[in-house]
Amino acid sequence: MMKEKLHKEPKTKEKDQTPIIEIKDLHKTFGKDNAVLKGVNLTLNKGEDLVVLGRSGSGKSVTIKCIVGLIEPDKGEIKVFDQNVLNISKSELNEIRVRIGFLFQSGALYDSMSVRENLAFTLTKHKRDLSPEEVENEVMEALENVGLADAVDKMPSELSGGMRKRIGLARTLILKPEIILYDEPTTGLDTITSREISELILDIKHKQKTSSIIITHDMACAKMTADRIVVLKEGVIHAEGTYEELEKDEDEWVRSFFE
Amino acid sequence: MGLVLTLQSRPTLVKFGAESWLPGMVALSLIREIAPVITALICAGKISSGIGAELGSMKVTEQIDAMEVSAVNPYNYLVVTRVLACTLMVPILVFFADAIGIIGGYVGINIHGDVNFYRFLTQIVQSLEYLDLLPATLKTFFFGFFIGIIGCYKGFNASNGTESVGQAANSAVVTASLSIFIIDMVAVQITDLFF
Repeated sequence: MMKEKLHKEPKTKEKDQTPIIEIKDLHKTFGKDNAVLKGVNLTLNKGEDLVVLGRSGSGKSVTIKCIVGLIEPDKGEIKVFDQNVLNISKSELNEIRVRIGFLFQSGALYDSMSVRENLAFTLTKHKRDLSPEEVENEVMEALENVGLADAVDKMPSELSGGMRKRIGLARTLILKPEIILYDEPTTGLDTITSREISELILDIKHKQKTSSIIITHDMACAKMTADRIVVLKEGVIHAEGTYEELEKDEDEWVRSFFE
Repeated sequence: MGLVLTLQSRPTLVKFGAESWLPGMVALSLIREIAPVITALICAGKISSGIGAELGSMKVTEQIDAMEVSAVNPYNYLVVTRVLACTLMVPILVFFADAIGIIGGYVGINIHGDVNFYRFLTQIVQSLEYLDLLPATLKTFFFGFFIGIIGCYKGFNASNGTESVGQAANSAVVTASLSIFIIDMVAVQITDLFF
């Protein structure tokens, strides 16, 4: 069913090169000497799916958490929609956050709320003028987008790992974000479910015209979704290119991700 | 509380021929000290630990982060509501504890004697003053506030890992209980100074 919905775009198609996220010289050290980011430079263009690869602890998640202001970097600049998120007020940051969706590794569903309440919660906090019927329609539409409309009355504890991620994605999509940040969307899932999630990422990109940063270790997911890949090593961007380019990279360490 | 207090105090008062003071003494002890402190300690054990564990669990499973990135202020939704509920509800629980304690005292007195309820209540009302009630009631709002805020603080500051959820709950109980004794001590000093 998911495959039918998929409208895969040829990778050769000319992309919009307007940057919507620009990270310059980003540094972050935890504790006294645990330097995780040592000058990351990264750009996400409009309509692009950028995959970030790297070993565990290389600072991939820290980078995207810096983008949404969950972690404050020590040094550097992060521009989102042409605004430096490190020099703006909390209310301005929240305005940007509404335009960015964030899918957590675990889904991060509110476990005291049903699936319906999880989705409606975010929506009603931002669109207070919606009637209950309109909220219900939006919730059902978001759930239908991820193919889980029948899970609307379930509690998070009743959902499988793949379902949690899809519901988490539906909750992210309900605010119709322009950028989506995926933190290891396929980790811990079986091959088939991982493929379904990857197809869903592509499907969302084409339906909602989103731009995404996808952090993953799953090379099948990277191959399916990436317009461009960057590889993080020791706190800096070590390599950059398309899947096909990096697969044949001169650096053996980079190639090892693709083997 | 009232029943035990009555049974424990009665022999001493009988020795001095002051058995008739029993209802007033029990009511005064309950309203001014025992009911607020015991109720607050029970709430610290149940509510503060519950809040600490719940928010700690939300923290380690990134639910609070999810709220924050969706531009919903987690402090407004998770902290303000809980602290407000504790601040307003603990005094009401103390009121119930006072009432049940006094009924317990009535039962305790009637185990060894025969005092009707109207006479018992009259003696209580005669021995109580407005100033016995006011400071005792005011301090229960502070008990409630600190029970809520300590639970929230410990939950929000749980570091990553499930072990920290248990630590947050445990630490919330200990800190909230300690804070109740400190607030009570300060309240007694202030009452002595001003009333």
